[in-house]
Amino acid sequence: MLEQKLEIRKLRTKLKQHMQEAVPDAHIDYCLTCGMCVSGCPASGIEDMDPRKFLRLLVLGQDEKLLETDWIYSCTMCQRCEYACPMKINVGRFVYELRGMRPKDKRPKNLQRSCDLQKESNSTGIPNDDFVWVVGDVLEEVRENEPEWADLQAPIDKKGAEFYLNQNAKEPTVEPEEMVPLWKILHVAGVDWTYSSKWWDGANYCLFSGDPEDWEKTVRNQAETVDALGVRYYINTE
Amino acid sequence: MYYATLEGLRRFNIPHKFEFVSIITLYAKWIREGRIKVDSSWNTEGLKFTVQDPCKLVRQGIGDEVADDLRFVIKQVAGEENFIEVWPNKSNNYCCGGGGGALQAGFSENRRKYGKIKFDQLAATGADVVITPCHNCHTQVLDICSHFGGKWKTTHLWNWLEKALVRDK
Repeated sequence: MLEQKLEIRKLRTKLKQHMQEAVPDAHIDYCLTCGMCVSGCPASGIEDMDPRKFLRLLVLGQDEKLLETDWIYSCTMCQRCEYACPMKINVGRFVYELRGMRPKDKRPKNLQRSCDLQKESNSTGIPNDDFVWVVGDVLEEVRENEPEWADLQAPIDKKGAEFYLNQNAKEPTVEPEEMVPLWKILHVAGVDWTYSSKWWDGANYCLFSGDPEDWEKTVRNQAETVDALGVRYYINTE
Repeated sequence: MYYATLEGLRRFNIPHKFEFVSIITLYAKWIREGRIKVDSSWNTEGLKFTVQDPCKLVRQGIGDEVADDLRFVIKQVAGEENFIEVWPNKSNNYCCGGGGGALQAGFSENRRKYGKIKFDQLAATGADVVITPCHNCHTQVLDICSHFGGKWKTTHLWNWLEKALVRDK
């Protein structure tokens, strides 16, 4: 609880104003302080913070506390607070804004790095050629060792296929054998599908680093690539 | 991550001609249409399955419809009686704590404290297998299982679907 009376007129609620301008339907003043968000948020209590407290600090202009807290990296922006909230306030959306306001050199290095790599090609940073090579190599191995799958396919850049498939970069990078069950399922279903040799990653860490322009760039690259293949459906594998 | 593309296309108004779909929706559709045939008779030991509903796919993505498809596929693959529901679930599910960049951000102690709630919910099912259709969920559920001494096996869905596949001769 606050021990001193707050000087409301002196309050600087710059952050709240920022959120109201940046986030459509922010509804900050609609908070009933009921705590439904807190009771269903696994990040409650971490770094001495929870969604309701976060919102109170925002309303009461305690901007420094919010700009400093590392709780923004414990909140996973999962939107369960919004799901439970009678007024549909999404605290994760404000968390996203705060992540973006943090100077790049003060952000968690690996998270920022994942997005930086994503902007170049994919979140693990393996060259596109390696992706193409790994797919071909794993496919050849299955065809040789499992005669019943000698006709298995894993097409790349096949124009006019019905389905485009992305693949989380973790698979070709560290567990390539995990791609095989998916190929077999598609094969049995008789699906005409293709990967792409660029922007093929199904993960996207630019959703989490906080810069909307990075997120937009990655999705735009994907959309242009998939449309250029002329496919009807874009399948997300996770 | 389903939501990254779905919301990215929406929020930035990115023009596109394709239809964006989840592989889970298609698995269920193809099984219902008979395009994929599966047989759960491999599960002679009665291995029990539960699931982690990915926030990015369910609550933030397609909603309960895809969570129902996910359960339909698991039941077809492992046997109707071998699926154990986790609580809370579907759109009301708790995040595992691996998403949002938490696995990359490096606050491991906080991430596991967060994940302990998910660990307890999954452990309460008594399931032998936890299906994690999202990579962040997969990594986090593997980690909390090993860290807090869980006994289940954490896997993707496609491994079991492959196991149950029936091929026309």
